[in-house]
Amino acid sequence: MEPYLFYVMAATSVVAALYLIFEKNPVFCALYLVFSFINIAVLYVLLEAQFIAAVQVIVYTGAIMVLFLFVIMLLMVDVKKKQKDDLPFQRIPAMVMGFVLLVVMGLAIKSKLFQGREGEYTSAKVESIGHTQLIGKLLFTDYLLPFEMTSILLFVAVIGAIILAKRKV
Amino acid sequence: MPNTSIMTFNILSILPVLILAGFGMMVLVVDVLSSRKMGEKNFLAYLSLIGVVIAAFLSKNFTGTTLFSFYGAYTIDNYSLFFQFVFLLCAGLTILISKNYVQRENINYGEYYTLILFSTIGMILMASGADLLNIFIGLEIMSISIYILVGMKRTRLTSNEASLKYFLLGAFSTGFLLYGIALVYGATGTISLRQIAVFIAGKGGVLDPLLLAGMGLIIVGIGFKIASAPFHAWVPDVYEGAPTAITAFMAVGPKAAGFAAFLRIFFIAFGQVHQDWEKIIWILAVLTMTTGNIIALIQTNIKRMLAYSSIAHAGYLLIALVAANNMSVSAILFYLLAYLFMNIGAFAIVIVISQKEDSFLKISDFSGLAYKHPRLAIAMTLFLLSMAGIPPTAGFVGKFYIFSSAIKSGYVLLAIIGVINSVIAVFYYLRVTVAMYMRGPEREFQPLTLSPFIFVAIIISIIGTIQLGIFPAKVLEIAQRSILLLR
Repeated sequence: MEPYLFYVMAATSVVAALYLIFEKNPVFCALYLVFSFINIAVLYVLLEAQFIAAVQVIVYTGAIMVLFLFVIMLLMVDVKKKQKDDLPFQRIPAMVMGFVLLVVMGLAIKSKLFQGREGEYTSAKVESIGHTQLIGKLLFTDYLLPFEMTSILLFVAVIGAIILAKRKV
Repeated sequence: MPNTSIMTFNILSILPVLILAGFGMMVLVVDVLSSRKMGEKNFLAYLSLIGVVIAAFLSKNFTGTTLFSFYGAYTIDNYSLFFQFVFLLCAGLTILISKNYVQRENINYGEYYTLILFSTIGMILMASGADLLNIFIGLEIMSISIYILVGMKRTRLTSNEASLKYFLLGAFSTGFLLYGIALVYGATGTISLRQIAVFIAGKGGVLDPLLLAGMGLIIVGIGFKIASAPFHAWVPDVYEGAPTAITAFMAVGPKAAGFAAFLRIFFIAFGQVHQDWEKIIWILAVLTMTTGNIIALIQTNIKRMLAYSSIAHAGYLLIALVAANNMSVSAILFYLLAYLFMNIGAFAIVIVISQKEDSFLKISDFSGLAYKHPRLAIAMTLFLLSMAGIPPTAGFVGKFYIFSSAIKSGYVLLAIIGVINSVIAVFYYLRVTVAMYMRGPEREFQPLTLSPFIFVAIIISIIGTIQLGIFPAKVLEIAQRSILLLR
């Protein structure tokens, strides 16, 4: 059952991503992105990372995509206007390079050169402690400093949004 | 290792960071609460200066100690303390040269100083981070603050363009870095630099392809931040469009922070596989020096010229990175300190000479400066000679140590290319000096407002440049002590 689910979900998410690229209407694009994200969330579940799957749905498909839609709505992007390609000479080289990258990556995966290392947290260990507990524990022990420093990062981003986007400072 | 203690959670160790963050937020709040008009908010500069000075004293207290806190994520050793000193000095001098500049250019917002303090926090994290995650978060805090600072002059198009350009390209380079970190994590199962070294040692010093790819992507990501050659395309436009005081800041701070992280990652984590990365960095160093110096020859705008010269300086620093011996670390530390003084000094004089809306920034605008303002011309000449590496200045000693570290490790050809490059560089530095001394004034020099703040900054830079040039022994000794625990 699980392998089939994987193939179905992976295929749908790739197809959704392709639709996202070729679709002209930005609202549809955003919705295809939502679809692709949800498929990826299912892949996380299959990898026994339920917490990340939930976060993926809540944060990406929920919050961020709603924001996207709002931005598209507020900007009122004109769908019918044909966009001019400013860099036509880049098109062919980009396709060639993309294809080369695809082949190289395919070969690398096939040759089993890219072997990862089994991590510290195997699914048995995760199962015994619990997903959310484990992440919470790591966030407040090993990764406490980066976790707290992220608050400064977000604060800086807020300052930037305000000072650069406000009409009159 | 004596007096090494592993503390799991030591809030005191990040006290300088906390002080900077506290003062940054205080500046924001005071700015909002004060009812004064924008031109009269001098106290924000004082407040942020006080924060920088307190943080410097607190970090000075740690001298000689070595400790790992936050579960080994944050290190304090002489190396990171040296960099903290460089960053705080850089922030302090930038605030000094900013005070009148921001009034003249109408960008006297509290956020200006807050972002300088916050980006200093990012740099400190980069220099002190003992794992890739901390280095990454530090790099992001630093970069995002600087993207905003570059676009601070909201009404000027060049500033907007510079900010957007820097942001887009910077976001790409961040992607490269993060991807590299992810691959390294995938290959080794850890982000701690020491654990990565242990892993590589366990493999007998051979890198598997995944790790190699990760290392390459990390080189790209950090190479962008230090403005090395194939990743340098953003530098001239961004340096030209940014407010001049910020140009001075970003020419020194991010470069020093990038090198701090570069050295730590490549000497600690990838130290044993030196043969795998030395060739790449060798090529990067030659490309960076040569591109920077050759394109600088034809520049007519002083800020663009200094931008290309800063690319060339990154090339010299990369020479020492290739050499990878104990001497090269102290050479890099010394050179960065010398670069700090001469670069901020030169930009301070550019600020004094230029007029409102950043006009009069051409090299020809410096013509005849020696007749009208001889002391400013002498100071500018000193900074430029130091950048060129002429003997009684800091730049000479720095270059000397960098080239000798390369020769000590057997990279004679690289050292020769470096010397040839510094000869080329003399030409464009001297062009400004020639304009100042040998040509008549082409324009009226408006009464220059040499405020006490910028005056102090120039004096500090002059003292630093001369002191490091004539009596380098003391600073070199400190720099040499800063490397002990690195490898």
